[in-house]
Amino acid sequence: MSRALRFYRSAIGKKVVMAVTGLIGIAFVIAHMTGNLLAFAGPEAINSYSHFLKSTGELLLVLRAVLIVAVILHVIAAAQLTIQNRAARPMGYVDREPQVSTWASRTMRWGGLLLLVFIVLHILHFTTGDLKPAGVFSTADVYGNIIASFRIWWVVLFYLISMIALGFHLYHGAWSSVRSLGLRQPSPNPLQRRVALAVAAIVWAGFVAVPVAVFVGLVG
Amino acid sequence: MHLRLRVWRQASATATGKLVEYDAPNISPDMSFLEMLDVVNERLMEKGDDPIAFDHDCREGICGSCSLMINGAAHGPMKATATCQLHMRSFRDGETIDVEPWRAKAFPVIRDLVVDRSALDRIIQAGGFISAATGGAQDANAILVPKTAADAAMDAAACIGCGACVAACPNASASLFTASKISHLGHLPQGQPERRRRVLSMVNQMELEEFGGCTLYGECQEACPKEISIDTISRMNGDFIRAGLTDWR
Repeated sequence: MSRALRFYRSAIGKKVVMAVTGLIGIAFVIAHMTGNLLAFAGPEAINSYSHFLKSTGELLLVLRAVLIVAVILHVIAAAQLTIQNRAARPMGYVDREPQVSTWASRTMRWGGLLLLVFIVLHILHFTTGDLKPAGVFSTADVYGNIIASFRIWWVVLFYLISMIALGFHLYHGAWSSVRSLGLRQPSPNPLQRRVALAVAAIVWAGFVAVPVAVFVGLVG
Repeated sequence: MHLRLRVWRQASATATGKLVEYDAPNISPDMSFLEMLDVVNERLMEKGDDPIAFDHDCREGICGSCSLMINGAAHGPMKATATCQLHMRSFRDGETIDVEPWRAKAFPVIRDLVVDRSALDRIIQAGGFISAATGGAQDANAILVPKTAADAAMDAAACIGCGACVAACPNASASLFTASKISHLGHLPQGQPERRRRVLSMVNQMELEEFGGCTLYGECQEACPKEISIDTISRMNGDFIRAGLTDWR
């Protein structure tokens, strides 16, 4: 235990926690995004997929627990690192020009906060059904929930904005997490991030496809 | 050239500082940035004013003494160039140039543009060395070093410890400095016996000095006058994880 605590006390230890929990998140969003695309295959396909997930019982509970713990650890480590990093420069520059840092890297904190809000609202919306923007919710009819919700313009807009934030978060995170873990082999151009760009673009496109398709009437 | 400077003036570590404007006419484009400051200082002294204090020594880009945040970029606008090797031809005639000291909690301002960078020395003292028995030096060829390892070690050893990485990092992190020192020894056979202890002590000292952590903005690599790669940071993290898992209990 003391080893784990000692490890976590260092900034690198916290970055390792952020990287591992972030990679868990990346694996999850890829799976989630792929599942969502079943909406294009019609009501039976996505409803039976949802039924299958619920039928796994304890496994689903364990997966949900892992994801929730990952999110909590990711947020706590991010908050602690942010405090530490801000404290490291009490007085800023009058004139500071970012040279190579991406917009994505500079918006990890605010973008991450937006994603946290999104995750909470999204669970209340599609998992528990506490938020009913369309007034209807059925745990048995995922397809119906999707169609009803994404006919409302502001619901679609909120999802689109959140997915842009996710895309940028992944563009930096999918690249930096591997480096934080020390897994990257030396490269002639370390700032290049083709894989992260592909991950971010595919996840973004996959997630955005369903709400947009429903809104314009291609699905439903 | 005719330039306008806005220079950070601060009488002492405890005094409040501010940007002060100076008119700098008749500047040769062939002067280095430091020579330009020398000229400005001579004129200030002729008027009986205090000259601008700034760090410098070798003026050939190898000692790591010079610093300066110039127009918001560490060591100014030229890539892979320390302030002493930066020439005034890199600026436009009539340009206003902002000159500020490195900013970090670990680098307190001593006076004007001079900051105390001894935190970097203490990181070296914590483990940036190899312990070797004294006595007659052995044959240099007795220890075989693969060419790739020698090259990687030399690339990391190019670090002159100027602190531009800290200055450029939005988190004021000294990760690139510490990582380059760890890589420089860790690539070589002579660095292996203390490799795990070294990374643990140096990283620990880096955090005791209250530098920030690395979030991979990449600004340090761009600011580094010796073009040290952020690959060294990835390597440091890998070494730290392995050492933490095996050496701590």
